[in-house]
Amino acid sequence: MSVRDKFGRPVVVVTGMGIVTSLGAGKSDNWTKLVAGESGIRTITRFPIDGLKTTMAGTVDFVPVAPFTSTGLSERLGHMAVEEAIAQAGIGSKGDFPGPLFLAVAPVEIEWPQRLELAHEVGGTHFTYDDLLKVCGGGKFVNYHHRFLFGSVADSLSDTFGTKGSPISLSTACASGATAIQLGVEAIRRGETDVALCAATEGSVNPEGLVRFSLLSALSTQNDPPQAASKPFSKNRDGFVMAEGAGALVLESYDAAVARGAKILGVVAGCGELTDSFHRTRSSPDGKPIIGCIRKALADAGMAPEQIDHINAHGTATPENDKMEYVGVSAVFGEHTGKIPVSSNKSMVGHTISAAGAVEAIISLLTLEHQLIPPTINYDIPDPAILFDVVGNKAREARVTAVMSNSFGFGGQNASLILTREPA
Amino acid sequence: MSETPSVTSAPVEVWITGIGLATSLGEGLDANWEALNAGQINVDEKGFAPYIVHPWAKVNLEAQIPKKEQRQMEAWQRIGTYAAGLALDSAGLKGNKDILSRMDMIVAAGGGERDISVDTAILNAEAEGNCTPGFLNDRLMSDLRPTLFLAQLSNLLAGNIAISHGVCGTSRTFMGEEVAGVDAFKIALARIAGGQSDIALVGGSHNGERKDLLVLYEFGDYNLKNEFKPVWARKEHPGFALGSAGAFLVLESKPHAEARGAKPLARLSKVVADRARRKEAGAVTGTLDRLWSALDVHDAAGAIITGATGAEPVTSEERAFLDHHKSFAVRSSGTRFGHTMEAHFALDLALAALSISRGALFAPGDTSGVESEMKQAPTQIVVVGAGHYRGEGMALVEAVK
Repeated sequence: MSVRDKFGRPVVVVTGMGIVTSLGAGKSDNWTKLVAGESGIRTITRFPIDGLKTTMAGTVDFVPVAPFTSTGLSERLGHMAVEEAIAQAGIGSKGDFPGPLFLAVAPVEIEWPQRLELAHEVGGTHFTYDDLLKVCGGGKFVNYHHRFLFGSVADSLSDTFGTKGSPISLSTACASGATAIQLGVEAIRRGETDVALCAATEGSVNPEGLVRFSLLSALSTQNDPPQAASKPFSKNRDGFVMAEGAGALVLESYDAAVARGAKILGVVAGCGELTDSFHRTRSSPDGKPIIGCIRKALADAGMAPEQIDHINAHGTATPENDKMEYVGVSAVFGEHTGKIPVSSNKSMVGHTISAAGAVEAIISLLTLEHQLIPPTINYDIPDPAILFDVVGNKAREARVTAVMSNSFGFGGQNASLILTREPA
Repeated sequence: MSETPSVTSAPVEVWITGIGLATSLGEGLDANWEALNAGQINVDEKGFAPYIVHPWAKVNLEAQIPKKEQRQMEAWQRIGTYAAGLALDSAGLKGNKDILSRMDMIVAAGGGERDISVDTAILNAEAEGNCTPGFLNDRLMSDLRPTLFLAQLSNLLAGNIAISHGVCGTSRTFMGEEVAGVDAFKIALARIAGGQSDIALVGGSHNGERKDLLVLYEFGDYNLKNEFKPVWARKEHPGFALGSAGAFLVLESKPHAEARGAKPLARLSKVVADRARRKEAGAVTGTLDRLWSALDVHDAAGAIITGATGAEPVTSEERAFLDHHKSFAVRSSGTRFGHTMEAHFALDLALAALSISRGALFAPGDTSGVESEMKQAPTQIVVVGAGHYRGEGMALVEAVK
């Protein structure tokens, strides 16, 4: 008999997960370090840090990419996460994944090493941009055309894993990973497919990437020690820490998963999104879009606020975000707010930007599996204005049946997911 | 937007109830229609020589975008935000807070322009021997405008549309060149047809007057050089001329449109997409043939609007597909507007809906024999998009009976 949710839609379950962060590759390594409160943040060694205000990041240095490009790294990380997820799901056959790909990926552009290569090809000094343009053609740099297309990472994943149809590359800034999952959930609920591959990847720690966020005063400058920089919900938090990583989930209809005897890792019970039109980088001061987003996620799951027993927070550690997340959550959850343990994985892995929504959804599902909540490290001076029950510094055992994972991004992007252990 | 629909048995009919066009041929539906029928092409062969681009026809930006917001945007965002405003006007939705606050949005976007002068200055300084470890960091910290990042971020076109026009139900940005535009419409249509959404603003924008984009496409020798020729006459010297356009459509469920008394310009019946393995010759032709059979085309002598780029070998492969439908009147929008990349499928859907609503297909645009006159009013128009490097899509736009 077909299993449907209370709105008559197919139930969407997770049957495979893969993760790479600055802590390591794979669920096992990541989980061990997360619950031990380890930080993946370190001083940057990939490029010179002279002159930078922020000199640390959650770089993934154990995955070699040569010649280095951020897009090349995000492609490599995406492959690792997807490979792990598909292996766990045990679905399809090698190079033949039986569903579509939804990929959250950072915007792509030609990077500085390649620009410098063009300049060196021109030779001399006092050249113009037109001179650079003149040396681009003729086939010498033909690989850069494909490398710096926005669709190139999805192309590569689609070729390797044999996903079906046109792969979708998307960006909703820091909410991208959650949006990739949401697109998969919607496709399965519509009955278009029984299975979808939802992946998110980020490899953007390069000089200009860092400078861009730095110029917007978004990054922590507490460089020493780097492991203590990311301080979600602390009074002395001063910004987020850029990080790299990837997450991939195999989503399936409950019926299809059961029919093939797959192990069900959890349920994506609800998704919500709501745009904030207040400002390009700041949330509406009344918190209404965040409140609306969370309410939409609850409504989509058909759940009451009291049924949420853990929040995997966006918790970037910027002064603005953490305050607004509290404003939004407390408005929805009311007196229940203080009873919900809240934690931010970003305290340890940093902010994996485009990948964060997927990385944190996976950690939320691992939390459900282990009934253990990873800590928010560096939580020594609680912000008195944020009255969350923060899981500070030490992992906490708890009965967790439903997790809300929030993602908020530049451009007014808000997305919330609700993940549960069993179908509601 | 309703997040919690029950599964509906029959798909909901989806209407196009608004079109916004701001292109190299002008602003608004009348100006574009008249220019198309007059055979106008706005092409700049000198400003970016030897490359050819289609410059955006200047508009009074303030008509759609407050001055203080314009300053926060780069050209591609202004073009798109402007066209999005025109689409909302066309649908009679401008200022309708009740609907705009729950309207879904999917934008097909690339990224914003580089600051060419900053890049050139840094590269020259490096060539002059500035190679201390912190050189690039110092120059980027001091030379980059803080707000430039926000003008470059792909999802900030959607962000700007939300801020300027109040479209703030949901917002998703699809990237990935031409097929991003196809997928944007495919997903928006599926969501409305499946009861997951009632109304959506979908489209994209592109600024062709960008040397940093010419660099990217020159890597693959894709730019049209030296002399403008229609898309079908480029086989000897293949390539595309970058175009400049903002194109947005309002898609709406029939019941939602009827409830507010909105009239359909056309119906969006089907959008399909795929990705041919192009290493094999004939793969694109085969994929386009399969996509065609997934549409329900019953007109024996209908119309096809294609975004064929002029790049090879894909344009020849598409022509082999078009040869299977010789009774159809073909129009190449690439000849008339240039290649507008992520925005191009939206542009072609806009032209298809416009043609349906005006009861005529616009005039042919070349003399190569591919494009022929169409006397009767089109009731079905197939929109075809094959990306210059990968990705294929098709849509069926029909008259509402």
